[in-house]
Amino acid sequence: MKNLTRRYCLCFILLAALVLALLVWNVTAGSVDFTSGELLAALLGPRDEAGIIWGIRLPRVLAAAVLGGALSVSGFLLQTFFANPIAGPFVLGISSGAKLTVSLVMVGFLSRGIVISSAALIVAAFIGSMVSMGFILLLSRRVRQMSMLVVSGVMIGYICSAVTDFVVTFADDSNIVNLRNWSLGSFSGTSWENVRLMVVVVGVSLGLTFLLSKPIGAYQMGEVYAQNMGVDIKRFRVELILLSSVLSACVTAFAGPISFVGIAAPHLIKGLFRTAKPVVIIPACFLGGAAFCLGCDLIARTAFAPRDMSISTVTAVFGAPVVLYLMAARRGGRGGAA
Amino acid sequence: MSGIRLQARDLSVGYGGRALIHGIELTLRRGEIMTLIGPNGAGKSTILKSVIRQLELVGGAVCLNGRDMARLTDREISRQLSVLMTAHVRPELMTCFDVAATGRYPYTGRLGILTREDREKVEQCLALVHAADLADQDFSCVSDGQRQRVLLARALCQEPEVLVLDEPTSFLDIRHKLELLAILKDMVRQRRLAVLMSLHELDLAQKISDWVVCVRGDEIARQGPTEEIFTSDYIMDLYGAARGSYNALFGSLELERAAGDPEVFVIGGGGAGIPVYRRLQRQGAPFAAGVLGENDVEFPVARALAAEVVSEKPFRSVGEEAFRRARAVMDRCKRVLCPLESFGPMNEKNRLLRELAREAGKLE
Repeated sequence: MKNLTRRYCLCFILLAALVLALLVWNVTAGSVDFTSGELLAALLGPRDEAGIIWGIRLPRVLAAAVLGGALSVSGFLLQTFFANPIAGPFVLGISSGAKLTVSLVMVGFLSRGIVISSAALIVAAFIGSMVSMGFILLLSRRVRQMSMLVVSGVMIGYICSAVTDFVVTFADDSNIVNLRNWSLGSFSGTSWENVRLMVVVVGVSLGLTFLLSKPIGAYQMGEVYAQNMGVDIKRFRVELILLSSVLSACVTAFAGPISFVGIAAPHLIKGLFRTAKPVVIIPACFLGGAAFCLGCDLIARTAFAPRDMSISTVTAVFGAPVVLYLMAARRGGRGGAA
Repeated sequence: MSGIRLQARDLSVGYGGRALIHGIELTLRRGEIMTLIGPNGAGKSTILKSVIRQLELVGGAVCLNGRDMARLTDREISRQLSVLMTAHVRPELMTCFDVAATGRYPYTGRLGILTREDREKVEQCLALVHAADLADQDFSCVSDGQRQRVLLARALCQEPEVLVLDEPTSFLDIRHKLELLAILKDMVRQRRLAVLMSLHELDLAQKISDWVVCVRGDEIARQGPTEEIFTSDYIMDLYGAARGSYNALFGSLELERAAGDPEVFVIGGGGAGIPVYRRLQRQGAPFAAGVLGENDVEFPVARALAAEVVSEKPFRSVGEEAFRRARAVMDRCKRVLCPLESFGPMNEKNRLLRELAREAGKLE
C-alpha cells in the first residue's frame, strides 16, 4: 500500500513537471524565440496584452492545456460508460456533432453580422454533442458488439462532417477562412475571454467528475454489481453522459474537433499509473491530456513554422497508433466480443 | 419474524412488463440455502434478476428483512444483500484485492477511500474464500475458479445477510465446484447467511440445499425440502427427460438402456458389475443382470440400464425362485459375463450360475 501511494505521488510529480516544462517551452518557442529570462520578465512585468507573450502565446498555451485535459477526462468517462477502451468523443462522433451545430450557428449569425459570444458557442456545441450522443446511445442498445459501436460512431462523424462541409461551402468568403481553420481543429486565436470561460466550465465539470469517482469505480465492475453496491444507475448514467458531453463540447466550441486525445491520453496514463482507480486517474488524465495537447501544439506551431498545422493532424499522428494498438491487444486478448 | 430474510409475495417476473412466471411465493430464512433448479431457459435467472432489482418486477413484491424492497434505498439494500451473478466482469488493471474491495462501497465515504478497518475486512473475506494469496494478482489473469472465489469475497465484503448467486459453479471444474460450495456452506453455517441461488448441477443442488424450488416455464412447479423434491420420477418429469434416467438416491444420471431382448447375461453384485453394464450400454448391447439383492449397490444402475434384472429381496440369500428365473433368462442369452469374483453364503447361487454358464461354453 505504501508503495502504491509513493508510486502515485511520483507519477503525479512527473506529470506536473512535464506539463510545466511544456508550458514554458510552448510560450518561449515559436516564430519569435524568447529566453526564459525574457519570459520571466514579461510575466512579472505589467500585463501587456498587445505583446506576443501576454497577447498570443499565453492564452493559446493555456487553452491547449485546459482543453487537452478536458478531452482526456471526457474520453475516460466514455470508456468507462461503454466499458470499451477505444471509446472517445472523436471516435464516437460526439465532437463532429458539436462541430456541426457550432458551424451552423457561426455561419447563421456571422452572415447576418451578429457577433456571437463564446458562451453561446459552448451551448451550441453542447446541443450538438448531445444529439450525437443520443444517436450513439440508441445504437448501443441494438449493437451489442463494441467494435461495431465504434464504427457507428465513425459513420455519425462522417455524416456530421459532410453536412458541415456543405454549410461551409455556402458561407460568405470572409467567414470561410475562420471556419475552415476552426473545423480542422486549432488553438490559435484564443482570447483571454475564451480562456476565462473555458477554465470556469472545465473546472466545474472536472470538480463534479472527481466527486463521481466512487460510483465510476463501482461502474467499472459492470452495471449489475454497481447497482448491487448501491449506485443509482439511471441517475449515474445521466450524470456521466452530461459531464462527458459538456467537456468535449467545450473543447469543440473553442478549438474545433481534436482527434484521439480522448483515447490515447487516458490509456497512456493508466499504463503509467498501472491502475484505473478513478480517484487517481481522473486528475492524472487531466494532466496527461494537458501534456499531450501541449506537446502536439508545440509541434503543430513549430515543425513547419511559420505555418501552423491543424492540431488534429498532430494528435492523430501520435494518437491513432495507440488506438490501433489497443484494438489489436483487445482482439488478441479476448476474441473481439465484448 | 422467525428469521425470515427474504420473502417474495405473489411475484410475477418477466421482461418489458410481460410476465413469464406468475405467482412466485418464496420464503428464505437465515442460515438456509434455497436453490432454484429447472431446465435451461426456465426462468431461474429471470427470478434472481428480479429479486435483486436488475429487472423491474411485473407484479407482486419482494421483502428484505420484512421491508418492501421497492421502498428501500440502494444503499440500504446494498448493506443487506449482495450478489454473485454470471455477468462477465473484466475490469482493467485491478488486482483481486481491488475487486474484493469494491464490496466495501456501501461503507466508504464520498470518494470511496478505504480505511484501515476496510482493508482488514477485505483481507479477512479473501482469506475466508482461500484467496488471500491472490490479493496482489491481476484479476483478469486468474483462473475461472479463482475469479469466482474473489467475486464471492467481494460479495462477503458487503457484509450481507442475504446472498444471491446465479449459477456460481458454471464453467468450473469439479474440484473448484466442490470447493466453492464447501466455502458457501461454511459461510452459511458460521455467519447464518441466507443464500438464494440457482444451480444446474442437480447432484450438487441435492447435496447443498435446504430448500429446493423447481422452476418450469411459466410457474414454480413445486417447492419443498430437498428430500421431498429429489425423487427420481419427479426430476425426470421436471426436465421433461424421456431418454435416460436420474437416480435421486445417488444423484446420478444414466443414459437410455439399449432396446431389445437381452443378448448378454451379467452375473454381478457388490459393484463389480457397474463398469460392465455401462460398457454394454455404450456398445448398444441389450443385456440382463442377476441375481442382485435389491439393496445391492449396483441394483439401481442395473435397473436403469439392463433390459431385465433378476433380483432377490433385501438382505436375503439368493433363493431357489430367483435362481430358476435367472437360469431361464441366461439360457436365452448368447453370452455370459461374470465380473463377480467374491462368493459367499448370500450369493452361493450366483456361483452355480457361473458354473452352468461355463459348462454351456457361454462364459467369456
